[in-house]
Amino acid sequence: MDLAYSPEEEAFRARLREWLAKTLPSLPPKPSPDDWPGRRAYDLGWQRTLYDAGYGEVHWDASPTTRLIFLEETEKAGAPYVGAGFVGLLHAGPTIAAEGTAEQRARWLPPILRGEEVWCQGFSEPDAGSDLASLRTRARRDGDVYVVNGSKLWTSHAEVADWCELLVRTDAEAPKHRGISWLAMPMDAPGVTVRPLRTLAGSTEFAEVFLDDVRVPVANRVGAENDGWRVTMVTLSFERGTAFVGEVVACRRVLAEVAREARANGAWDDSGVRRRLGRANAEFRALWRLTQWNVSEGEASGGVRGASGGVPGVGGSVFKLRYSRARQELFEVAAEILGPDALDLGRGWVLDRLSSLSYTIAAGTSEIQRNIVGERILGLPKG
Amino acid sequence: MRFRLTEDQVALRAGVREVLVRCFGAERLRDAVDAGGVLDRGLWRELGAAGFFSLCLPEAKGGVGLGVPEAVVVFEEAGRALLPGPLVATHLAAGRVPGAATGEAVVTAVGGGGLVEWLDDADVVVGSVEGAVALRSVDPLTPLHRVPGADPAARLDDLFVLLTAAEQVGTAVRACEAAVQHARTREQFGRPVGAFQAVKHLCAELLVRVEVARVAVYAAAVTVDPVDIAAARLLADEAAVRGARDSLQVHGGSGFTWEADVHLCLKRAWVRAERGGSITESEELLAGELLVEAS
Repeated sequence: MDLAYSPEEEAFRARLREWLAKTLPSLPPKPSPDDWPGRRAYDLGWQRTLYDAGYGEVHWDASPTTRLIFLEETEKAGAPYVGAGFVGLLHAGPTIAAEGTAEQRARWLPPILRGEEVWCQGFSEPDAGSDLASLRTRARRDGDVYVVNGSKLWTSHAEVADWCELLVRTDAEAPKHRGISWLAMPMDAPGVTVRPLRTLAGSTEFAEVFLDDVRVPVANRVGAENDGWRVTMVTLSFERGTAFVGEVVACRRVLAEVAREARANGAWDDSGVRRRLGRANAEFRALWRLTQWNVSEGEASGGVRGASGGVPGVGGSVFKLRYSRARQELFEVAAEILGPDALDLGRGWVLDRLSSLSYTIAAGTSEIQRNIVGERILGLPKG
Repeated sequence: MRFRLTEDQVALRAGVREVLVRCFGAERLRDAVDAGGVLDRGLWRELGAAGFFSLCLPEAKGGVGLGVPEAVVVFEEAGRALLPGPLVATHLAAGRVPGAATGEAVVTAVGGGGLVEWLDDADVVVGSVEGAVALRSVDPLTPLHRVPGADPAARLDDLFVLLTAAEQVGTAVRACEAAVQHARTREQFGRPVGAFQAVKHLCAELLVRVEVARVAVYAAAVTVDPVDIAAARLLADEAAVRGARDSLQVHGGSGFTWEADVHLCLKRAWVRAERGGSITESEELLAGELLVEAS
């Protein structure tokens, strides 16, 4: 057991820190949350800046520890997060890197890394959310294209995406986990209609996507036909395993800000408030250690380079269960400290409190994660 | 950064587990309960011979010369075995109290809340026990005395708290393993109860608490930082106490019997939560640190 970083890793950290200090002051101002074209340009611009400085591939090529340092330092410095690049950099890209052909990697990976193309995720459907495998969007083979019909829901960044990692049913007769394929669908293809959805936080993070006789080349299929479920598991393990690292660092910073606010407005004098803050500190310290542990385990099990440092295991479910609850608890404590101000949408943390409600639902509900932990780690029988 | 068990640590864990199964398996545990909290001197010497107490003592002084992370791994196994006795106090006394390192001497100490474990069996006591009054201990395997007027805010040795937390993690592991074993085999409505989500989810949360507490304890063992130790003990107490309660729930009616081991896990977890000192104090330490970081 060792928490010290190697001289190379520390050198990487120092170099990155210096570059961030030099680069961040000249970044353009952040666009408003509902300005999607602005957000797209801003997020891609940041990825391009990283790419030009030699950090563009940090999510792919770096060792897991280096990547951990990258996420830690960029968050601490207040650098932009992946934003609209999320699906491309953290899901679709790693999946294509791990499962795609040489042609597919050459076609799709460089534009993601250079900040030129945005991806969205076409997994969930109106009747297939947590029961993802019962998706109904169909793809009928017509020569060298698939003709796709159906609809997708909760598609983040769909409005500004160039590509969609799309799950379709290619064999309606097969058992539900078997007849699925993973396609890269161009969002400007005829027959694709995007309708933004408003979340309870008032924002339009998600969209509904309707697919009406959309023609997708068979060459855009990643993995074998009807083998999409396995490919999807690769995608989901990235989603659950490593996507929240930067957020844990951010939560620790927010927690310190909340404590400072408590002292400023007198809530600190309440020992109950202090105790809750102390508990939250213990929680986020442990989540950071769990992150370091998972990264060390991933590195030891021979993380595959070019694939985001290896496919994280089901340990991601343990992390996500605890983290999603801790994040909600953090903003509940913040609300207690804010008092009546917690009802003011113009006040910091209030929108965060609202959006934290999605954490125990998105990327597999907590109930689904508990099934995964129960069945795949503890070996309990399926219900 | 290689924050995982080294090969040596994995081997140490396996070795300790083997020793403990041999010298304190399920039958010995039940025998000890029946004996009613009498310290087994033979077992104590066996542990001493296995290097249990001299683990962190330098080799030059006849010890094994290992560090705090190794001690944490070993005490986690002790907690998993529900090994009774003032293990932490004797371990910390090795090299200071003659005979402690070899298991010839039994050393106890005044812990949180002025509680003293195994006072009647101890050869040496660390701290003042003047006027100590015997309690009817809730844990059949931990006789307790209480020192009246002991300062409740008296600062405990950080290592004492940390090794106690490591034991808590081990007991949480035992509670989780027992729950899962029961959920896999006990059938109701024609199938194992672990197939029902309500039961499965209790088991999953048991494991999540174990994993979170364990990394917190391991990290604290590496840094030996008081704030890390405070965080580790809060999470370890939660994992053990809440874990034992949930395990009892998973066991259903049988979990409420004297014959099931679950209550032994719960009662020991309660004793250790007190031994680790004031929980409020740990929380306050962690809260105060937020302002230090923010400034």
